[in-house]
Amino acid sequence: MDFAGAYSPENLKFLMEGLGMTLYVAFFAIIFSFVIGCFAGVIRYMKIPVLSQVLAVVVEILRNLPLLLIIFFVQFAVPQISFFGIQFKFTIPVGAIIALTLFEAAMISEIVRAGLNSIPKGQVEAARSSGLGTVQTLWHIVLPQGLRRMVPPLVSQFISLLKDTSLAVIVALAELMHNAQIIMGQNHNYPIPILLLVAMIYFVVNYTLSLISRRLETRTV
Amino acid sequence: MSNKKRFSLLLVCMMALVMVLGACSTTKTNPSGGSAESNTAAQLDQIKQRGKLIVGVKYDTKLFGLKDPGSGKVEGFDVDMAHALAKSILGDESKVELKEVTSKTRIPMLNNGDVDMVIATMTITDARKKEVDFSDVYFQAGQSLLVKKGSPIQGIEDVTADTTILAAKGATSIDNIEEKVPGVKVLEFDNYQDAFNALKAGQGEALTTDDAILYGMAAQDPNYEVVGKPFTDEPYGIAVKKGQTGLVEAINKGLTDMKADGSYDELYKKWIGKAPESK
Amino acid sequence: MLDFSILIEYFPDYMEGFLNTIQASLIALVGSFILGTIIAVFRITGIKPLQWLGTAYVEFIRNIPILIVVLFFYLGLPSLGARLDGFQAGTLGLTVYTSAFIAEAIRAGILSVPKGQMEAARSSGMSYIQSMLHVILPQAIKLVIPPLSNQFINLIKNSSVLTIVAGLDLMYFADSINGDSYATVSTYIFTGMFYLILTLPMSYGSHVLERRLAKSS
Repeated sequence: MDFAGAYSPENLKFLMEGLGMTLYVAFFAIIFSFVIGCFAGVIRYMKIPVLSQVLAVVVEILRNLPLLLIIFFVQFAVPQISFFGIQFKFTIPVGAIIALTLFEAAMISEIVRAGLNSIPKGQVEAARSSGLGTVQTLWHIVLPQGLRRMVPPLVSQFISLLKDTSLAVIVALAELMHNAQIIMGQNHNYPIPILLLVAMIYFVVNYTLSLISRRLETRTV
Repeated sequence: MSNKKRFSLLLVCMMALVMVLGACSTTKTNPSGGSAESNTAAQLDQIKQRGKLIVGVKYDTKLFGLKDPGSGKVEGFDVDMAHALAKSILGDESKVELKEVTSKTRIPMLNNGDVDMVIATMTITDARKKEVDFSDVYFQAGQSLLVKKGSPIQGIEDVTADTTILAAKGATSIDNIEEKVPGVKVLEFDNYQDAFNALKAGQGEALTTDDAILYGMAAQDPNYEVVGKPFTDEPYGIAVKKGQTGLVEAINKGLTDMKADGSYDELYKKWIGKAPESK
Repeated sequence: MLDFSILIEYFPDYMEGFLNTIQASLIALVGSFILGTIIAVFRITGIKPLQWLGTAYVEFIRNIPILIVVLFFYLGLPSLGARLDGFQAGTLGLTVYTSAFIAEAIRAGILSVPKGQMEAARSSGMSYIQSMLHVILPQAIKLVIPPLSNQFINLIKNSSVLTIVAGLDLMYFADSINGDSYATVSTYIFTGMFYLILTLPMSYGSHVLERRLAKSS
């Protein structure tokens, strides 16, 4: 083991560049998957015909596949499929964002649906009978309460997402884990020091996220 | 809706999805499908128009393509090769954009048009020829032996049934050496680094694999050297998208010129440490 | 676009990977359940050092990627003198990673069993371990089955990281099939189907179980 060599300024800088890419990909994937997941969850909660069933199938398939497979498929198989004559091609970071978004949006839609379903039906009926429309009921009554309950599972999903960006090493996305592997490949005394350091980096970022969420929870309750 | 109903609905939908997928078309194995791409010089024209060569190289292979975390630069034989080809095709060796490929991603990236060519220690094989087009051989690798300097083993002829050979698991090199020297003792390791450590610890007399990889180890520790002539052929080629014969010709012309004006030998010497052996 | 000849031609490869994935998942399932239970009990014993150890373990592992855990066993252990192949390192990593999540689920389950029960068991002459094994755990298990079944689905999906350490799992064979056939689309769609064969019934089963448990309580 060679801690001094492994933690040379050049290596640390290289790891920080990787962290930058990890955060960049995670940031966009979190935003997109949250928006898409919310829409999908609401559609399924409202049981909009056809759309709801189609989503149910798509969500169930995405949720039950390994993310590794989805990342590889989006990057290298999708460009070979022609959708009615249109072909899609992505750079590596964009492909990773799309794959993560697809997978995490499926997870989030289930969280949203469960959160909405946890609001007692009586409240919905009361709101409706007081003259509110379906959308108004959802917006003013169900969503505000449901969102509060969704915060903890959502945050743990975002933490998963941040960790999951590391799986994009298989398409050689230059994120934290990938850069770590390049450094580890240079010297057989580096793996343990580098793995410890990288673990600490992920831990600090994720633990901060979960602390924020705990604060949010206590504030809203 | 009951659970059972829901599950059967899911099954039906999935089957429908499979059928739709089945009916869809892929453009795979049909790289000349697009009208623009049926032109065998399309890629070459595109490169010239762009004024830049996009080359897939490895970032983790010593001597051929290795990223230096300090400078952020990728360095190696394959990288220099890319610059030399940029000089030959575009007249300026700096007009190169490198993209990282791995053994797993290099062919998909080529077929999807992410890179113009792949220079990444890629052995020319018949199976790969069906997928991509190769240039002439730009590096003649072959299985060879790494020994401690001063070892009595100076080539495959010195290996006997009493010699202990170190190798990496799952590599074809094990079959090859067992075929050459029946009854030879082979110790298998998970990766080359472990095998090299075992050689240093004296657990065997020689380590065998592609000489290109062995040169990388010898560069790591000058007490070790690659001995003898390679006893198998691993010809490395530069891969381009299938059908792009215009680009292949341009690459081959670049290679021929490099060999003629001595810059190839220089490059070889720079990374491998000696002049290429003429076969 | 779906080329069934890939499935037929490479069926033995798919099968080998499929069986290895099942094997790795089963080993990790049993291992992570045992390890997770031990950690969960650590966290609720009230013995401070054990509690800290358990908390640190769970919080640390849950906040790092599984890939780090697997690479630690694969790349890190050799420099400490132990050597594991890709399958062993991958399965061990999978076990350790999943155990942290299982420990959390079990702890929540145990804590939801009323305190009075432990006191009653202890006062009727049982030792702490006896009351845990015979009174608390059997009740807690019922409560933790739904979150556990979720973890086991995750475990199967996560087993695909074995491919990164050449662990001979389904995803690893998918890559090698793709490297041979170059039929990327078909290769990975069939691979996905093999995963769904494992995960969909479990997901369906856990839905049913959840409902039944909700009804019975």
